[in-house]
Amino acid sequence: MIQLVNIHKTFGKVKALQGVNLHVRPGSIHGIIGENGAGKSTLMKILTGFIARTSGSILLDGREVALKTPEAARKLGIGMLYQEPLDFPKLSVLDNFMAAAADTNPQRQAEIITRLSNKFGFTLNPSSRQGKLTVGERQQVELMRLIRDQCRILILDEPTTGISGEQQKLLFGTLRRLRDEGKAIILVSHKLAEIHSLCDRVTILRHGKPAGEQEKPFNEEQLLQAMFAALPTRSSRPPRRTPGKPILTMEEVSTTAGRVGLDRINTTIHEGEIVGLAGLDGSGQSIFLQMAYGLLSPEQGRVSLPDADVEDVMRVFLPADRLGKGLIAGLTVREHQLLAGATPFFIHSGCGRDETKKAINTFSIIGTPDTMAEGLSGGNQQRLLLSLIPPQARLILLEHPTRGLDLQSGRWTWHYLRSHLPDNGAIIFASPELDDIMEQADRVLVFYNGAIILDRPTDQTGYREVSRAITGRV
Amino acid sequence: MKSRSIQARAGAAILQSVPIILLATGTVCLLLFALDFSPIAIIRAMAAGSLTSWLKFSQLLSIWVPLLLCSCGLLFTFRAGLWNIGIEGQVVMGAIGATILLRMNPGFLPPPITIIAAMAAACIGGSLWGLLAGILKSRGGVNEIFGGLGLNFVAQGIILYLIFGPWKRAGIASMSGTDIFARNLWLPTPVGWRVAPAALITAIAVFILSRLFLNHTRFGLKVKAVGLNPEASRLFHIHADRYGLFAIMVGGALAGLAGGLQVTGVYHRLIPSISSGYGYLGLLVVMLANYKSLPVPLITLFFAWLAAGSIQLPIMLRIDSSLSGVIQGACVLSALLVHGLRTRRQG
Repeated sequence: MIQLVNIHKTFGKVKALQGVNLHVRPGSIHGIIGENGAGKSTLMKILTGFIARTSGSILLDGREVALKTPEAARKLGIGMLYQEPLDFPKLSVLDNFMAAAADTNPQRQAEIITRLSNKFGFTLNPSSRQGKLTVGERQQVELMRLIRDQCRILILDEPTTGISGEQQKLLFGTLRRLRDEGKAIILVSHKLAEIHSLCDRVTILRHGKPAGEQEKPFNEEQLLQAMFAALPTRSSRPPRRTPGKPILTMEEVSTTAGRVGLDRINTTIHEGEIVGLAGLDGSGQSIFLQMAYGLLSPEQGRVSLPDADVEDVMRVFLPADRLGKGLIAGLTVREHQLLAGATPFFIHSGCGRDETKKAINTFSIIGTPDTMAEGLSGGNQQRLLLSLIPPQARLILLEHPTRGLDLQSGRWTWHYLRSHLPDNGAIIFASPELDDIMEQADRVLVFYNGAIILDRPTDQTGYREVSRAITGRV
Repeated sequence: MKSRSIQARAGAAILQSVPIILLATGTVCLLLFALDFSPIAIIRAMAAGSLTSWLKFSQLLSIWVPLLLCSCGLLFTFRAGLWNIGIEGQVVMGAIGATILLRMNPGFLPPPITIIAAMAAACIGGSLWGLLAGILKSRGGVNEIFGGLGLNFVAQGIILYLIFGPWKRAGIASMSGTDIFARNLWLPTPVGWRVAPAALITAIAVFILSRLFLNHTRFGLKVKAVGLNPEASRLFHIHADRYGLFAIMVGGALAGLAGGLQVTGVYHRLIPSISSGYGYLGLLVVMLANYKSLPVPLITLFFAWLAAGSIQLPIMLRIDSSLSGVIQGACVLSALLVHGLRTRRQG
């Protein structure tokens, strides 16, 4: 029904998609899998008209289509169910259902809801408030809206994230039914169990390139191999330190913050450890780091730092959103240094200038003491953040520490972190790059749906086990 | 790279304000032409009303003092990322705080000490009123704009109650205010002056100290950090809420001081309209200054000139004195428009 031929997409210098082909037949469920940054979202955004492809063609029923706007995609019957429900939480279910409908007669629309609900086994009250529903129910409302609007090609992005087992069963039943009615369904997922139980065919993407395609029944080994690049030779890996006393302990920590929250986390991080947090983006790693820093408090359970010292100034957190959450746009490099360092009460224009120049040299920041944080490139923002880590820091929490850095800067960052970590300190970092974790961490924690499903020293595990765990298989 | 000198920065600021001035002047002139008034005649009338003698100019300065104090207070709150609409109420509570002390007039204290104590009471009154808006925000989740607006009405209610109730004039209660204070509790004003030198010195000192504090202390830097990005500030171990409360208390104290000086230096009694809208006008001043401190004394002087000069308009040209408000509004709107366009072009 829909065919994508040789699709390329470049953002500036970055090649997000290179020569991707996809052929989705009517009456089938087609899976698309790949690790973080494989190009899944970009491909879906092209299909739904949110971004334009750089080259390549899209054929719908054999005819070439432009797909320049989301509107055009909708008119062609392409509908998407987003990971985060795109709805109006303050309006009723019925109002949400009627939004953008051609016919806005409440009575007729309410009848349609009832009819579709009965058909698929949903139990939705049209008059309840959308915001009071669970994520799974909000998804059901969206799904019914797409069906009402005669959507022929249905795209679902990680649809089972954050929904209950019961709702998942209902969703899968609905999808199978829609397939049997002849619709083409595209399922973007990283969960192999889901792929196995639903899909007829699957396309694997890796680093923006097609890395394989399989018909049912799938060979799981081959799928995993296609998803994750081969492990590079581990020659430069520094020796592991001997873990010392506990520095951070979590007991039965649960929260509902974030997309999947945290689900009964029990772990202890020791002095001298470098711990990598693996998992698909948003599986709980970021919430874990925020919890460890104290930005969030657990709803249940306990986070404790056995050493009182760590509580105060010796904890640092470098968030992934560097400019939004780590640095202060509107302040200069020097002002950041002044905020982080021991600064006298009165600040004259020479204060901290020499220290800042030194930091700029040491960290090779491309900028001057008077450059605003927002005037630095992403990589230089990270260098600035690194330069702000106090030398006595003992618990260093990093989110995506090498994102936006070239290979050399990435290596330099790790060299710096390792050589400046005191013997009684620890590093916990989340990274979407498995290479990063396997190469730098002494220990890996794999997050899946807010829980830690694998906890191993990196020298006692391998690429295969970790990547299986990322997809939910242990 | 060397840090730019103050002259260079002032030069850049002046250069930046050229399009604002042109736009504002153009708008106002067009408006006046449409109403068939000559801009030249109006400028002449306004100058005659405020610049032709020291007496008239000191009248202008008596408006400049409270306006400058309010604007300095707002520099603190804007720096912390807060919209301190409650500043009017803070002026009122400062005036009430000063009046409490001045009415008590404890005989054992020499009058100058009583006046100083009254000014301290004014600062406390204003800062507590500010703190209230701050706590409503940090503890109650009430946006400081709505909290401040609500507290303005409450303050107005309190001042009316006092003037018509406990503090009413012997025999009659009226809008003209409380009884006049004893003469030795007035801020001394020389003959031929309309402004108390002490008030003038206070305002200038407050401006210099505010600027020093905001731009050249660790505290000021932290207030700025909180205003720009409260979330990231936490990672620098700065408590955003605490710095926000601190800023709004300083802002309230300066607004309160303005109210106190009005009571003891200008009206010598408490009147219902003691704030005269200087708080709201201060908001316009600081917006026109693009939230920077350096242009504030000049802009307040300009606004004071407009306010003082426009009093002559009805007499000389039969134009309503509200024209000064129109001009002030045109300036601020022009500034916001120019800054907005500039940011958009850069972003």
